[in-house]
Amino acid sequence: MLQGRQTWVFESKPVIAGSAAVGGPFESKCALADDFDMFSEDLWLGQDSFEKAERKLLEHACEIAIKKAGVKKEDVEFFFSGDLINQIISSSFTARTLGIPYLGIFGACSSSVEGLALASILVDGNFANNALAATSSHNAACEKQYRYPTEYGAQKPPTAQWTVTGAGAALVAREGEGPRVVCATIGRVVDMGLSDPFNMGAAMAPAAVDTISAHMRDLNIDLSDYDIIATGDLGRVGHEIAKELLKKHGISLPEEKFTDCGKIIYKDEQPVFSGGSGCGCAAVTTYGHFINRMKKGELKKILVVATGALLSPMSYQQKEFIPCIAHAVSLEM
Amino acid sequence: MSDKKKKKLTPTQQEYQQLAKSKEPKRPIVLNTVKAFFTGGLICTLGQAIKTVFVNYFGFTEETASNPTSAVLIFISALITSLGFYDHIAQWAGAGTAVPVTGFANTITSAALEHRTEGYVLGVGGNMFKIAGPVIVFGVFSAFVVAIIKLIIQGLGGM
Amino acid sequence: MQSYIWAFLIGGLICAIGQILMDGFKLTPAHTMCTFVVLGAILGGLGLYEPLIKFAGAGASVPISSFGYSLVRGALLEAEKTGIVGVLTGIFEITSAGISSAIIFGFISSLIFRPKG
Repeated sequence: MLQGRQTWVFESKPVIAGSAAVGGPFESKCALADDFDMFSEDLWLGQDSFEKAERKLLEHACEIAIKKAGVKKEDVEFFFSGDLINQIISSSFTARTLGIPYLGIFGACSSSVEGLALASILVDGNFANNALAATSSHNAACEKQYRYPTEYGAQKPPTAQWTVTGAGAALVAREGEGPRVVCATIGRVVDMGLSDPFNMGAAMAPAAVDTISAHMRDLNIDLSDYDIIATGDLGRVGHEIAKELLKKHGISLPEEKFTDCGKIIYKDEQPVFSGGSGCGCAAVTTYGHFINRMKKGELKKILVVATGALLSPMSYQQKEFIPCIAHAVSLEM
Repeated sequence: MSDKKKKKLTPTQQEYQQLAKSKEPKRPIVLNTVKAFFTGGLICTLGQAIKTVFVNYFGFTEETASNPTSAVLIFISALITSLGFYDHIAQWAGAGTAVPVTGFANTITSAALEHRTEGYVLGVGGNMFKIAGPVIVFGVFSAFVVAIIKLIIQGLGGM
Repeated sequence: MQSYIWAFLIGGLICAIGQILMDGFKLTPAHTMCTFVVLGAILGGLGLYEPLIKFAGAGASVPISSFGYSLVRGALLEAEKTGIVGVLTGIFEITSAGISSAIIFGFISSLIFRPKG
């Protein structure tokens, strides 16, 4: 049901019956490593290219989520997925393996929440019994496509972020054990005229704030009900900016409540500059860490605001700015 | 160029950009410059040593020794890139590894390694010059312009 | 010994300037290298690069700016012999070692190694 301008309230509160977070070798040493289902030994996963390796990660995440939900692949009616590779081939080729009717999406690093919101609509609206939402990212594949070859010696500035090598999947169903999807706020594209691809956090922060404000406006709530409000991958730099912007909008959030997946995913000693990023960042943190904490009873209600930068190497070379988007989803145990 | 862009920005955008800039951690320019000076100097000193070897043992002159010296440095750079630790050194050294000819070799080798998965013809062959290409294009073009200008001036009885 | 010291100092200085271009003027590495190559070509044309190499040795011949200088020198030397068409035929004369070895070693690397990520 539509509430306000851009928020969907899911009356039947579909449940995330099974979720999975898989990561790469670097992630096996991260701060949230205990909440992952699986790690790969290297960046290749036995494949002969980084792009094919990302596909394998996504396949593993989907299979584990389906298994944990206690359903069979044949019972899953629809599959939403997106990633950062050109023409979202990681998602499409994974869909080929899974054989589930497929809807490819692109929200850059906001794809995880975008997929989750769409899967929830299908189940809540009786258009599906089981819908799978997944996303992935691969550090080397992303560097190769968006920035420089991985062995290239370019010095990254402190505002740069580290793309998570990981995949997250969530199976949304009518009934099951797990957190329920209460509502989702779909963001609009926000462009503040920034154009530095090594400072995505600053480009994405306004989109996150825009969506959070819309969420509050549409539902007519303040954010005090939420135990945690987590942005996707603003990183240390972007998160600070988002806090300032929220203050300017009259929204002040306590430090413990307002966090960022990119900030918390890696340990301080890991060389990740401003923090984690990539579609996998919000996905593995939410589908692994946050859901585990909810199941343990530590968190009752959370808001995940995944952020995405909608640029391409072409748009950057053509001197375009970086338009961004953020989608929010509210989960309740 | 940035002024032209600023004119297209709304007041809200400009205000936000000021906020973003204030929160941007400053690049440690002084420290980076010192690291670059040190590394670049070291690489050039190595080059000088190699040059001396070519002059003393291989019969090159001071002038002609630059060429094989470049070739040796390029080989070393390609090897370090292939072994996977050039990028780590470069993150520390910045321009210290990018500006010497080692940087040029690194761009070509890293691109070649990366695009191997697309085959040797279109992948390696087609993408090798992704980053080095501009250097060659602009080097050749500016050399052409400079040479022509110099010849014209000489022809007119100048230099 | 003196030649080593000057190689270190001048080479280091050129790289330091490069770092300032990258951090202060926010140029990408590719833009920075192009700037140096073009500068090398201009200084070569003005006759200023050759004395720099004589003085600093590898400190001036190792940085990418010497690539620009070698291109100009090749063009001018050939033009002296064969007239203005020499500008086209002579450009790569001196720098061929650099480009050839970069291509050859780069390609050989791709035959043997994989990127480490």
